[in-house]
Amino acid sequence: MLWIVHQAFPTSGEIPLKLELRGITKRFGDLVANDHIDITVEPGEVHALLGENGAGKSTLMNQLYGLLQPDEGQIVVNDEPQVFRSPRDAIASGIGMVHQHFMLVPVFTVAENIALGAEETRGGPLGWLDRRRARRDVIETSKKFGLPVDPDALIEDLPVGAQQRVEIVKALTRDVDLLILDEPTAVLTPQETDELLAVMRSLTEMGKSIVFITHKLKEVKKIADRITVVRRGKIVGTASPDTSEDELAALMVGRAVSLEVAKGPADPGRAVLQVSGLVVDDDRGIRAVDGVDLEVRAGEVLGIAGVQGNGQTELVEAVMGLREVRAGTVELDGEGLAGMSTKKILRSGVGYVPEDRSHDGVVKEFSVAENLVLDMYDREPFGNAFRLDVAKVAGNAKERVEQFDIRTQSAASAVGTLSGGNQQKVVIAREMSRPLRLFIASQPTRGVDVGSIEFIHGQIIHERDQGTAVLVVSSELDEVVGLADRIAVMYRGRILAVVSPDTPREEIGLLMAGITGGNEEKK
Amino acid sequence: MSTTTVEEPTEVAAAPEPFWTRQRRFGVALVLLGGLAAVLFGSLAPSKDARFTLTQDADGAAISINGQLGAVLFGVLAVVAGGLLVAGLLKRWSNTLLVIGIVTFVLSFLCWQVAGQFMSLEDTLSGTMDLALPLVLGALAGVLGERSGVVNVAIEGQFLMGAFAGALIGTMAGSVWAGLISAAIGGVIIAAILAVLSIRYLVDQTVVGIVLNLFALGITGFLYERLMQPDAVKYNAPPQMPTVKIPGLADIPVVGPVFFDATPLLWIALILVVVIHFGLNRTRWGLRTRAVGEHPTAADTVGIRVRGLRYLNVLLGGVVAGLGGAYFTLVATGSFTKNMTAGAGFIALAALIFGRYTPIGAFGAALFFGFAQKLAFYLSAINSPVPNQFLSMLPYLATIIAVAGLVGRVRAPAADGIPYVKS
Ligand SMILES: Nc1ncnc2c1ncn2[C@@H]1O[C@H](COP(=O)(O)OP(=O)(O)OP(=O)(O)O)[C@@H](O)[C@H]1O
Ligand SMILES: [Mg+2]
Repeated sequence: MLWIVHQAFPTSGEIPLKLELRGITKRFGDLVANDHIDITVEPGEVHALLGENGAGKSTLMNQLYGLLQPDEGQIVVNDEPQVFRSPRDAIASGIGMVHQHFMLVPVFTVAENIALGAEETRGGPLGWLDRRRARRDVIETSKKFGLPVDPDALIEDLPVGAQQRVEIVKALTRDVDLLILDEPTAVLTPQETDELLAVMRSLTEMGKSIVFITHKLKEVKKIADRITVVRRGKIVGTASPDTSEDELAALMVGRAVSLEVAKGPADPGRAVLQVSGLVVDDDRGIRAVDGVDLEVRAGEVLGIAGVQGNGQTELVEAVMGLREVRAGTVELDGEGLAGMSTKKILRSGVGYVPEDRSHDGVVKEFSVAENLVLDMYDREPFGNAFRLDVAKVAGNAKERVEQFDIRTQSAASAVGTLSGGNQQKVVIAREMSRPLRLFIASQPTRGVDVGSIEFIHGQIIHERDQGTAVLVVSSELDEVVGLADRIAVMYRGRILAVVSPDTPREEIGLLMAGITGGNEEKK
Repeated sequence: MSTTTVEEPTEVAAAPEPFWTRQRRFGVALVLLGGLAAVLFGSLAPSKDARFTLTQDADGAAISINGQLGAVLFGVLAVVAGGLLVAGLLKRWSNTLLVIGIVTFVLSFLCWQVAGQFMSLEDTLSGTMDLALPLVLGALAGVLGERSGVVNVAIEGQFLMGAFAGALIGTMAGSVWAGLISAAIGGVIIAAILAVLSIRYLVDQTVVGIVLNLFALGITGFLYERLMQPDAVKYNAPPQMPTVKIPGLADIPVVGPVFFDATPLLWIALILVVVIHFGLNRTRWGLRTRAVGEHPTAADTVGIRVRGLRYLNVLLGGVVAGLGGAYFTLVATGSFTKNMTAGAGFIALAALIFGRYTPIGAFGAALFFGFAQKLAFYLSAINSPVPNQFLSMLPYLATIIAVAGLVGRVRAPAADGIPYVKS
């Protein structure tokens, strides 16, 4: 059997779980995050929840999981109304959840995080932790579900993709009847996503139900049995999985959305970024970038395609001065960047959207307005070394919030209270709101809804047309193909080939798997 | 279509480490200190024997060394240890080298001071343990609270409450054990107020701690003047904790009389160090405590009662700190006096931070501080020209150095001092 039963989590066992949310309402101050939401999740179904950033999906799920208390409404499990005062109660009713923002203790190992709350001990509750068993369980589950994790790694050393796998494995080791997956695929590779979808299928076949949140419509169409769409806290409709992507997008956003990137031909100018012979190591000292040469010209978008973990992260970090360059050179308009601080690189006209926004992109406790000037607070016009012009900062915030459609209660709200996608928009808005020579974006639309993707892509192309050199790294092949004027495929720390975006997908896919054909222009 | 696999990444020259590692910086400090010791202490020391006796008095078995020779020799050894660290040799032993360097520096200083006199090793060790005992218990109380995310600066108040309750109830019941239990309860009372105000009412934990210290000082002082002083026999003459001798073991030189002819409170403290160390690192309670101190939301999402666990730990800390308070009235002196703990709770706090929030580290730090204090007493007893205030300063100096990050990063639990709120 596929499922691992853990005695530590009592569940309703054989009886499949039927969930009803009745009239759930949640307010944060004046903001109604959930407005009388009614949803029924039948046993054995995958129920997809679609909606814009800030629509209230995570808020709804957090109430179902007992992390937040609804202001109104009822949670009904198998026809019995329940009050979940904490996740403890939800767990006791057989509910499990993978959170959008990881719930992992950074200084613990993977095994410790997965065992936490359901620890096996030898000799009663006060006895020794059974660490060997914890490791074994992790290895077994990860093998069974095809989600590789290293039980002994510390969470803080892991890239986001690996942390996401840990979160999923953690949920899977607990025997639940209803599993909530809040954007689990945002940071997974396509292969891992396929594995996860397969796991979800096998779970529903066993009568378990799943609430699945994602912004990727393809996944929804592939796996969902039913789709509910929320907009601004309200349910605006339900759809069946054979609804077209365009229709789903329109339903979510309330207007027609173009899923293609609209752009004219590029007009490349001088070489702005020149990287040659670059060698970089990862955190464990293992070679991650192994002799990369590339060039990004003014007025063009160079996309880097590749399965995550092939050195893209380290490449970008090295360019940004966040990681030591072992060999080779990085030049911005002919000036060497090696050894320069990140702050200085940013100030010489480089915009940077980091891949891990919650760690490197925003300061959660700071307000939206402050986050929007995070790298410019001590410069004109916002201030100098001694003072901060609060009015200017607020004025800037107002503009950006409008322009980038950042859904927030006010510019003074802490960024931590924003929905995941809106936090991402804060980062993008900040980095694009000053004159740039080079714009580097890692996973620029991670966790962002389709409407905002359209907008952000438009902004990136606009930046390009103004003569900025743009480097986009994305594990979404669609995104790279849509944005890029040239595509560099990265595999095991090297650029295997640079191809045009008209190259057939299959060919790019093969390159991403390390298989070279022979007829593309070699770099 | 031809298939080419990419060969494994080739090895390039080894990664250049930053030159000024922690070891190197310590090495330089040791070379300088050792050099200073060899030259300064060596030239100041009279060329007479420094006798380190094994027993309490001047006679009997002793280790002696010419003071001048010893000061120079140990100074040079400290330089050697520092030099090895700077050279980056014996990397695996760098912590040992560091300890050797510090110990030899201290020995060089002692050779200078003791030359022509004697120092009893047994007396030094027993004095160190005596002075360290309340610090160990206080710091352990801090470990319990802070590892679960509650800052406890009220250790001083818990000491005072424990000392007072121990004296009062001990006298009235005529039993030292009743006194000990009451001391623990005294500590718990302060802990309970700290817990409720900071966990339930979200008051700033440092502020609560300071207020509780003042509260404890005020109430015990008031009751002392109104109740204890007028009738000391009835209220302030607690029976003293007996020492228990373990035959055989107690005869081991130096160590025997200190550890095996001792009060049970010393054993309790030592056992608690071990129990809390293994408890935190190896049991379910420990894993959950650390999770709650690092990332309470994550702990909550796996079904752990965050606030409940914090209450439990703060209260357990109250028991431990209260026992530490008992030391003052039931072991060290025979009665309670106003403000008798005189800041020991703050030194315990320093030991907690210096010991990096770990039980073993806190224990080591408490011993170190106890030794410094004992040495200060010794120096004033032999009329040393070195002002003993320097040594009394040591705990605070060491803590400032620790907090400033010179001893490597002291990292408090991530959620330390932050209340857990849900909407
Ligand atoms: N703790 C909080 N305090 C104040 N406002 C909040 C809080 N949590 C969420 N909100 C607000 O509630 C709204 C809904 O947020 P939620 O996180 O549920 O969105 P979401 O649908 O999950 O979006 P995304 O797809 O970007 O994750 C947002 O406007 C957000 O700013
Ligand atoms: Mg969300």
